Amino acid sequence: MDKPFAITLDVGSSLANHTGSWRTSRPLYVDSLPPCNNACPAGENIQGWLFHAEAGDYEAAWRVLVQDNPLPAVMGRICYHPCETSCNRGQFDSAVGINSVERFLGDEAIKQGWKFAVPDKASGKKVLIVGAGPSGLSTAYHLVRLGHQVVIFDAGPLAGGMMRFGIPKYRLPRDVLDAEIKRILDMGVMLKLNTRVDNILDTMKSGGFDAAFLAVGAHIGKRAHIPAGSAAKVLDAVGVLHSMEGEEKPMLGRRVVVYGGGNTAIDVARTAKRLGATESIIVYRRTREKMPAHDFEVEEALQEGILIKWLSTIKQVSDEGALTIEKMVLDDKGFPQPTGEFETLESDSLVLALGQDVDLSLLNGVPGLEIKDGIVQVMPNMMTGHPGIFAGGDMVPSERTVTVGVGHGKKAARNIDAWLRGGEYAAAPKHELAAYEKLNPWYYSDAPKIMRPMLEVVRRQSTFDEVQGGLDETSAQFEARRCMSCGNCFECDNCYGVCPDNAVIKLGPGKRFEFNYDYCKGCGICVSECPCGAIKMVPEDV
Amino acid sequence: MLKQCEGSHAVASAVAMCRPEVICAYPISPQTHIVEGLGEMVKSGNLAPCEFINVESEFAAMSVAIGASAAGARSYTATASQGLLFMVEAVYNASGLGLPIVMTVANRAIGAPINIWNDHSDSMSQRDCGWIQLFAENNQEALDLHIQAFRLGEELSLPVMVCMDGFILTHAYERVDIPAQEQVDSYLPAFVPRQILDPAEPVSIGAMVGPEAFTEVRYLAHAKQMQALELIPQHAAEFKQIFGRDSGGLVRPYRCEDAETIVVALGSVLGTLKDTIDEMRDAGHKVGVLGIVSFRPFPLLAVREVLKNARRVVVLEKSLAVGIGGIVATDVRMALSGLHLHGYTVIAGLGGRAITKASLHKMLERAVKDELEHLTFLDLDHNLINRHLEREKQKRRSGPMAENMLRDVGVVAARIA
Amino acid sequence: MPFQPVKFYQTGTFTVGNRLLALEQRSVQANMQRTNSLNSGHRACQGCGEALGARYAIDAAMRASNKQLIAANATGCLEVFSTPYPETSWQIPWIHSLFGNTAAVATGIAAALRVKGRREVRVIAQGGDGGTTDIGFGCLSGMFERNDDVLYICYDNEAYMNTGVQRSSATPPAARTATTMPVGPEPGNVFGQGKNVAQIAMAHNIPYVATATVADLHDLEYKVNRAMGMHGARYIHIFVPCPLGWGAASNDTIRLARLARETGLFAVYEAEHGEVTSVSKIRKRVPVEDYLKLQRRFAHLFGKTPALETIARIQAMADKNIRKFGLLEQGGQ
Repeated sequence: MDKPFAITLDVGSSLANHTGSWRTSRPLYVDSLPPCNNACPAGENIQGWLFHAEAGDYEAAWRVLVQDNPLPAVMGRICYHPCETSCNRGQFDSAVGINSVERFLGDEAIKQGWKFAVPDKASGKKVLIVGAGPSGLSTAYHLVRLGHQVVIFDAGPLAGGMMRFGIPKYRLPRDVLDAEIKRILDMGVMLKLNTRVDNILDTMKSGGFDAAFLAVGAHIGKRAHIPAGSAAKVLDAVGVLHSMEGEEKPMLGRRVVVYGGGNTAIDVARTAKRLGATESIIVYRRTREKMPAHDFEVEEALQEGILIKWLSTIKQVSDEGALTIEKMVLDDKGFPQPTGEFETLESDSLVLALGQDVDLSLLNGVPGLEIKDGIVQVMPNMMTGHPGIFAGGDMVPSERTVTVGVGHGKKAARNIDAWLRGGEYAAAPKHELAAYEKLNPWYYSDAPKIMRPMLEVVRRQSTFDEVQGGLDETSAQFEARRCMSCGNCFECDNCYGVCPDNAVIKLGPGKRFEFNYDYCKGCGICVSECPCGAIKMVPEDV
Repeated sequence: MLKQCEGSHAVASAVAMCRPEVICAYPISPQTHIVEGLGEMVKSGNLAPCEFINVESEFAAMSVAIGASAAGARSYTATASQGLLFMVEAVYNASGLGLPIVMTVANRAIGAPINIWNDHSDSMSQRDCGWIQLFAENNQEALDLHIQAFRLGEELSLPVMVCMDGFILTHAYERVDIPAQEQVDSYLPAFVPRQILDPAEPVSIGAMVGPEAFTEVRYLAHAKQMQALELIPQHAAEFKQIFGRDSGGLVRPYRCEDAETIVVALGSVLGTLKDTIDEMRDAGHKVGVLGIVSFRPFPLLAVREVLKNARRVVVLEKSLAVGIGGIVATDVRMALSGLHLHGYTVIAGLGGRAITKASLHKMLERAVKDELEHLTFLDLDHNLINRHLEREKQKRRSGPMAENMLRDVGVVAARIA
Repeated sequence: MPFQPVKFYQTGTFTVGNRLLALEQRSVQANMQRTNSLNSGHRACQGCGEALGARYAIDAAMRASNKQLIAANATGCLEVFSTPYPETSWQIPWIHSLFGNTAAVATGIAAALRVKGRREVRVIAQGGDGGTTDIGFGCLSGMFERNDDVLYICYDNEAYMNTGVQRSSATPPAARTATTMPVGPEPGNVFGQGKNVAQIAMAHNIPYVATATVADLHDLEYKVNRAMGMHGARYIHIFVPCPLGWGAASNDTIRLARLARETGLFAVYEAEHGEVTSVSKIRKRVPVEDYLKLQRRFAHLFGKTPALETIARIQAMADKNIRKFGLLEQGGQ
């Protein structure tokens, strides 16, 4: 075309005009730390595995999950999911049901028979683990993945620790537990049951171990000084729950009183109900708000007909099992104070759920160890005062949950690995937290959380069937898709679309985006309209 | 084919034979009969393929033509007077964008006072708009110039205005030779636009141009019109070959060879002038007439060539540049730069006032004696002027001028009162 | 059926793309091969809503027409920032003629295409609110009335921005412009004036009229697509915030468009042959202050003594829109 001068122009020629020179600040893609990941005691990359679950690639999701936690089916049942408590979506409608999706993935893995991969390169190092509970198993898993040989000694007849001997079946069916333990053992972990370690140094020496990880847990029920008649039936909660796994079920009677306010107290009371108690009563010295047990567990217990006497302490137990209860009142600081008012509560048995102590006998004579308040002290790298001996789980200072134990396992394994290689493990610096304020929640459609199905109350009162059901695939995927992907690009194409200057380059599926700074004028729309806060503005050097 | 018909009809026939593809029309006297004729041809299917669009204003008419032409369609419209002024912005735009639209201007006065009759004020107001302006002397030439206009405009990528006197030509029945379609087809090739809006070869038309190139753009517009000065005579010559008659060209001198006094004029008044000159020649005066066909581009050299041996030039024009006098006269003066000639400007025929042979005789007889005022208003009624001036002197609010004058004239006094 | 939000897909369909959506559910803008009809290098201000709206609309029209598209453009920001010699940002056949004649130029193009039998090539006319609601209104009305085969798109930023932010007939009450300064007894633009061209377009009984904003891309693309599926005169009025003229942050462009809709100040709907056929409901209703406060053109309402009465009048306008168009969901608030 013989175009008229100046008036008629060739299309697209403005590409010669690099408007990027107008910019005073530039957008940058960032990966921030989602609050769920930040809150997870097991250090799971929750946003990362939900990303795959959203797309229906459950195996990929599971494989991302088990990079941190080898027990997803267990975790999906008994974890108290601090991830959900901190989930940003909670400020939008309701938290993502991370725990439900985790359980779905765990169950799916069992159903599909997915296995852990074992590295083909061996380090030649051998590590002893004492205790086949959550932290011991987790440490074993991670150490094997790092190429080390692992042997677990456990004093009990079955692996699982508190997962088996502390948590009732109706919360964690044993076939699920067995399947996940087996998958770890299948990696080549040697497990020696009914093997109590009496002297750790001797055992290490005789077995030729290069390091040890101690995770014996806290299995000794605390006793309170309650004057009791000689005929009174006073039991401890750990013992009751432990004996549930044996042939002989505990004989608790028709009226069972549980003393304490933790999750163990709830577990015992609900177990007693299932064993046939007509009345299962928890006596607790403070109020519901102050109760350490998780509220949803309290709620489930109440649904099942468990009674709770608030603001009550047990002063004494008569031979006939009559309990003298003193009413308490909370002072200004929230501590219970006696009122001098008494009442009597009849009981067939009293179960004390007042916490647990650690059996530290295997550590006798180990030099350098520091023990405080009956708990083994460890350094930030999980090593005790004795080089090569690491410890974790309920026997070290921490919150005593399975998830924390699993998290200890990963952390300990990394540090043991580093120590065996003569170095120190340095964790990658944490990304900036993806706070809710950094999101643009407009883009998330309204989708309230899907509640998991619950077993009907009648069956909960009489059987040990699992109380909480799982989600089907559609629901699990729906739930996964409620994830807002806080702080991490999920390829929604918003930045690519909203740029008035076409200055965002789409790199294709899975490859995210890039800025074309030749044309980006720095308006910041992409930052404002990024749903998940994965872009930030930084000043240009002008 | 010889035919006795109205000028508008003749033009409509000529335009139709040029195979226009888009015609847009907004009614304004005295242009109406042209587009009415075309509208009927399109509606009846006799002119096809062609889109006839009844627009809502002259501004839209020119704008539709701009769009159509830019999309490669041969486009035509017609207007006059207020209508031309209403579309002015688009008129400039069409030429600026180099779109070869052909438009008939049925020349008519501009208000206020509103006046539907003929003079050249409308198209003269557009002398700098970048269009080629061709003036027809009679209906035959009006017909012929439209055929030449499409050819010229499309060859240069410039719009062309064919100016014909309103009513005097548009509504006059005359014998015209209506050409055969084959003749027109052999003279006027299909429209091959220089630029076109087409998804197959996208371009951006109508960029904003700043000081860095605006002068060059304007220079090129001028250069195109200079090119037209060469093309117009060539096209007239080719036209004669095919159609067998003289039509168009830059200028048309009549009995100018030895003339001492030459009258310069445009449009239909040339006929009356020629008759007057003939009679004056018979009376022994060496007078001649120079008709200007192409007012834009203005043929400076051709005009100078004709006038250079005369002793005096009288420019008779149907428009007034208020505050100076002539419009055409100014251009003629430019053609005569350096020559020593007596120059007279005669403003005549404003708002449809008849230009009679008698008046012309009277005026020219004074001119040949160099008794004419340099700026003369032909047949000016001094009584009307004086009475009005007297009224104004006496009373500031002396009432509307035009109505007062009409009352003085007495023609329509009854209706106004 | 109008654009239906997908039931739930993580972020629904409010985002531009989303890897989880089926290809046909993704927007044109999510496509790596989108036309970028208005390409990089244009000289629009940072955060220009009009540049964004134009690319959204024209890219959608390009897809709908299989790239057989010609556009006529009115004088204004869009024209000036896209085609200063020697560069153009357009990738399509495009013409700029004048400020007030765009609809007529488009009519001419459509006529030329029809006469040449090129039915597959479609015509769009586009301009700002000044070129549409004021100076170009005559030609626009003529184009509507004749039912010419043109889709006219108005990018409404509520004033003459190109000339330095003067009032147009689309400027809202109370807004400060260079010709409606916040002084005198009624500061800013007066109440009771202005022109709603979408409603006037409906009164022409043309086949299709729609309003949209740059905040809801899917809805906008749906409407362009719907319009392109029809012949005859069609009109889409797109709300495009102007950071410069409104005194707003450049990153708030989409947010403002969203708030205009969520307050009810800008009703989003579509109509066929003069009758409303669908309305975009307000999702999370907010008071007009939330929208006004982000813009310095309304800053005089929020001085030391807030102009509560004026704000209430603006709220009443929003409430009226909500009633008139039924912008709330059943049982919504």
